[in-house]
Amino acid sequence: MAIIKADKLGVSVAKGPSLMTGAVPKNDWWDVPATFKPGNYAYPAKKEIIEYHTQKTFPSHPGLFGQPRDWDPESDDWNLPEGWEKIILNGLKERLDKFRSLKIFMDCCVRCGACADKCHFFLGTGDPKNMPVLRAELLRSVYRNDFTLGGKILGKMAGGRPMTFGVLKEWFMYYYQCTECRRCSVFCPYGIDTAEITMLGRELLHLVGVNINWIMEPAANSNRTGNHMGLQPHTFKDNIVYLCDDIEEITGIRVEPTFNRKGAEVLFITPSADVFAEPGIYTAMGYLLLFHHIGLDYTWSTYASEGGNFGLFTNNEMMKKLNGKMYAEAKRLGVKWILGGECGHMWRVLHQYMDTMNGPADFLQVPTSPITGTRFDNAASTKMVHISEFTADLIKHGKLKLDPKRNDHRIATYHDSCNPARAMGLLEEPRYVLKNVCNNFHEMPENTIRESTFCCGSGTGLNTDEIMELRMRAGLPRANAVKYVREKHEVNMLSCVCAIDRATLTSLNNYWNPDVEVCGVSELVGNALVMEGEKERETGLRFEPLAGMEG
Amino acid sequence: MPTIEHNGSSFTVDEDGFLTRGMEEWNEHWIDYVKGVEGIGDLTDEHRKVIDTLQDYYKKNGIAPMVRILSKTTGFPLKRIYELFPSGPGKGACKMAGLPKPTGCV
Repeated sequence: MAIIKADKLGVSVAKGPSLMTGAVPKNDWWDVPATFKPGNYAYPAKKEIIEYHTQKTFPSHPGLFGQPRDWDPESDDWNLPEGWEKIILNGLKERLDKFRSLKIFMDCCVRCGACADKCHFFLGTGDPKNMPVLRAELLRSVYRNDFTLGGKILGKMAGGRPMTFGVLKEWFMYYYQCTECRRCSVFCPYGIDTAEITMLGRELLHLVGVNINWIMEPAANSNRTGNHMGLQPHTFKDNIVYLCDDIEEITGIRVEPTFNRKGAEVLFITPSADVFAEPGIYTAMGYLLLFHHIGLDYTWSTYASEGGNFGLFTNNEMMKKLNGKMYAEAKRLGVKWILGGECGHMWRVLHQYMDTMNGPADFLQVPTSPITGTRFDNAASTKMVHISEFTADLIKHGKLKLDPKRNDHRIATYHDSCNPARAMGLLEEPRYVLKNVCNNFHEMPENTIRESTFCCGSGTGLNTDEIMELRMRAGLPRANAVKYVREKHEVNMLSCVCAIDRATLTSLNNYWNPDVEVCGVSELVGNALVMEGEKERETGLRFEPLAGMEG
Repeated sequence: MPTIEHNGSSFTVDEDGFLTRGMEEWNEHWIDYVKGVEGIGDLTDEHRKVIDTLQDYYKKNGIAPMVRILSKTTGFPLKRIYELFPSGPGKGACKMAGLPKPTGCV
């Protein structure tokens, strides 16, 4: 699909009635139908992928993903199962009983509108149904109609509407135009977690077999091979060894990581994209150098070979199952604690769900840095520490030999990846690391960083190419902030701590800010680390010449 | 799934035009077909080398190689691979070789 030029995309936002145009709508919002056309929806899951999940991932949960079938979002017939409306309503009832949060979120919104203009999808598309309040209302209206007394009696007058095919289409459209980034929740006076509404919306859609391939195939890969990419153990290992070869060429140091080693002190888990795709592989080279530098007793696992968890974007059962391998592997290997790499949504699963889903991990110890002795009491329950916390602690205690001049060819800014920032409060540590490993660092505007960070626009499994225009729109607020620091401070490197970010911000910058590259924080750490016995460093980890070495 | 007929061969493809059954359905006619849709002029030994490398790697690993491994194994810098396959190694080259698209955080 051809992607329209930036100038055109920039002016075609919001033509219809919307907060952005000031025009008053003449119809009720629910009278505007969702229409699917090429480019505004992600491809449905392949039939064989759903067959796989039904037979292999969850043979014990029939119906969790509906009936495997081929279907076309543009068609008026989605081959839905007989009585699908009932399936959805029963599913909603079950979840209202199971998740107290859902019931509260359905009941307590006062429609104050504080969330409306906080959503990057709303800002980028101008579509009123992307206002978080209205996105929630898509589900809430059905809840009201069937589960509240007022709705049962007054129906439409009380804001209720029956579950129809039109509603289902709206759900599929708008629960897949939300990245569960939770920026809106920061501004909600009631603290409604709109991400959980999207999660539940998607979960209900799955019951009738409405889904997208870009989530379901990685989830199938993860169940089968341990990671989203589908890297088998020998490939996973070969890729890391390949990165070690590059490290040797650049630094003269041979790094010797171990795999599936029982008795290691620490198990390290990062997104599989870090050992497969650029620019994530440079982040992985940063980890490898760091662990060698401090002599960490750690191991990689070819089974728990994925930090990410597309189950978070699917349903509760999938999230729990895919997450389970982390603790299972930690137990099998007999490690003391787990160190986690630069993944985004992994930290939401870890920090907010893992302990209740798969814990308590009593067989692990409260993480303590073997180098500094720091006890990470914040991770006392999950037993899992973020690489930025770990690195910041090492720097604070003077345990790293750093030469920030080696990043002088970089003028960096920092994109707070949504989940580490908002789901675990990781705000200071990456900045502390960055300021110690590079001399040039500039913040983007205040309302676009930290807990107010703008999403890359392609999270929650929406990083697929067929919806590229939507992605470029949704990423516009973030790209605009990058443009600001690029023009003001000549920023040329957007650092972040998330693998989806590393992939999607690269596409976003190619479109909006073509001269700004993207990296993980650990890549800049790796560049700056002075290794014992190393040769003179002429290039950075991507073989780019260092400042003063261009000739 | 759409079906494509070319020079008497029939292929089932996904929405992005990749072979749904992969190398099982792959043959020389497929190369000729992709050459046309990808706007590739003459097929050279260099194209062949990339395709062979991708297929060999896929047979051993069940996934396409890292771009850097493809580059190293063929001896072609990334720039050259893009000259050979204008839509890139992940799209044009993998499509021609009958490999699936990579998924996940990429």
